[in-house]
Amino acid sequence: MKKIATGNKAIAEAVKQALPEVVAAYPITPQTEIVETIADYVTSGQMKSRYIPVESEHSAMAACIGASITGVRTFTATSAHGLLYMHEMTNWAAGARLPIVMANVNRSLGPGWNIWAEHTDAMQERDTGWLQVYVSTVQEAYDTTLMAFRIAEHNDVLLPVMVNLDGFSLSHIMQPLDTVEPGDFIPKIHLPHAIDTKNPTGYGGLTGPDQHFRFRWEIERSMRDSEKVIAATEKDFAKRFGRSYGPTENYRCEDADVILIAMGTLGKEAEVAIDILRNEGIRAGSMRLRWFRPFPKLELAGKEVIVIDRDYSFGYGGIVAHEIMAKCHCDVFSVIAGLGGQEVTYDDIAEFVRKRRIGDEFWFGVTNHV
Amino acid sequence: MFEIRIHSRGGQGGVTAARLLATAALHDGKYATACPFYGAERRGAPVVSFVRIDDHPIKVYSQIRDPDLVVVLDASVMETVDVLHGLKKGGRVLINSAHTSEFAGYTTFNVDLTGIALKEKLVVAGSPILNTPVLGALAKMGIVTVDSAKTAIRGMFTDERNVKAAEAAFQEMSA
Repeated sequence: MKKIATGNKAIAEAVKQALPEVVAAYPITPQTEIVETIADYVTSGQMKSRYIPVESEHSAMAACIGASITGVRTFTATSAHGLLYMHEMTNWAAGARLPIVMANVNRSLGPGWNIWAEHTDAMQERDTGWLQVYVSTVQEAYDTTLMAFRIAEHNDVLLPVMVNLDGFSLSHIMQPLDTVEPGDFIPKIHLPHAIDTKNPTGYGGLTGPDQHFRFRWEIERSMRDSEKVIAATEKDFAKRFGRSYGPTENYRCEDADVILIAMGTLGKEAEVAIDILRNEGIRAGSMRLRWFRPFPKLELAGKEVIVIDRDYSFGYGGIVAHEIMAKCHCDVFSVIAGLGGQEVTYDDIAEFVRKRRIGDEFWFGVTNHV
Repeated sequence: MFEIRIHSRGGQGGVTAARLLATAALHDGKYATACPFYGAERRGAPVVSFVRIDDHPIKVYSQIRDPDLVVVLDASVMETVDVLHGLKKGGRVLINSAHTSEFAGYTTFNVDLTGIALKEKLVVAGSPILNTPVLGALAKMGIVTVDSAKTAIRGMFTDERNVKAAEAAFQEMSA
């Protein structure tokens, strides 16, 4: 059924259909509408889940961990400072191999106090062992959330998944949403290492120097295996519901000499810029990065690459740009744009491409940088 | 792509008007997006929201810079806000007003939405509801069909006076 919905509502709708047994969350702008809507579904009986209102994000993730380890489906949502407050527990969730699904509404970190879109919050969770995906439309937010449960809970993965959407520019925009009947698309959860609540037993959780690295490697092995699970899940989704996704969304890349890479809503608006550039005779294409962990293999050999980062690693550079440079052994034009919701139009994006200086870094809107 | 900017005051329903308009466009078989500009909103402060309507999926997230149509739900915002800012040459302006105003270079439509809301007793917490009657005026201008406008309103509100108010705006406004 087609309707108009915000990105936040789309996520809540997908969660309602995936029916986690436990949702534990703490509200934070611009994510609040997700957990508010889910809380409403639960209290009105539309969703037979346990909703645990907690006193902090650290507790939200702790409650999800506690629930998940009993083998039930769990969900939470957060943003920015809330995500950072969870940080200790997000590491725990991945290390304990718990398939928790979380929506993170990407927002800048204060101070200065700012509630608008930026990816630095999720980037600070980069090395936790969570799968990370960035979406660009209300429809994609919904579809990807449904897929996230199946991917996380797949026994070749058993890692948590973070679905990222841009604060306000996607969380609050209203776009058409076509909901589906998931049916058996998301199989019943089976956690092989679930605790037996009827026969509670305690073990020491210490892993010594002769063991710990094995557990770390197991996370990495599952992260690598998750690529196949993601691909199979996206393929089955396309077969059942007619919408296909991949590790990247490629737009006019086939014959492109210049490839523009961005994530989230900027990556979608970039397609408009590509059309403008094509009309000017510049053979450009857009490669919107969807999955950030596991980081996909990108075909960039022989291309001029421009990366827009809506994030930054101080003292180093644009995070996505540097990941691409290292992973793809190429040099890029690194553009830092859209921090804290900075307005970036398709005309601006087209101008980044026209004025590309491979090997250089450019802060959009900053005039006095070197 | 047809771009609309709606001026109102916080709490007057500008965001809901944008949502209703996008929903009506969807019922017309078009693609539409609606978004408010989120800043430090306060009840009563001038606010804007945006609607885009197109025959193709809409990929633009940045703010509307040069709208085709400006809707002013509260004429008093014009004392402090330049509502014509960026409006395309020959663009249209729809103003909620009992008086007739004209802007050189633009086609202006006047309709007394407040009067219509009061007549239909569409008042919440002492404020007349403007976001449903304005759909009738927009239908008269041909932005959406009147049937889709009504379907959108009924999808969001059970009180049939909202539809009656939209119909009244459709009748009263001279296009």
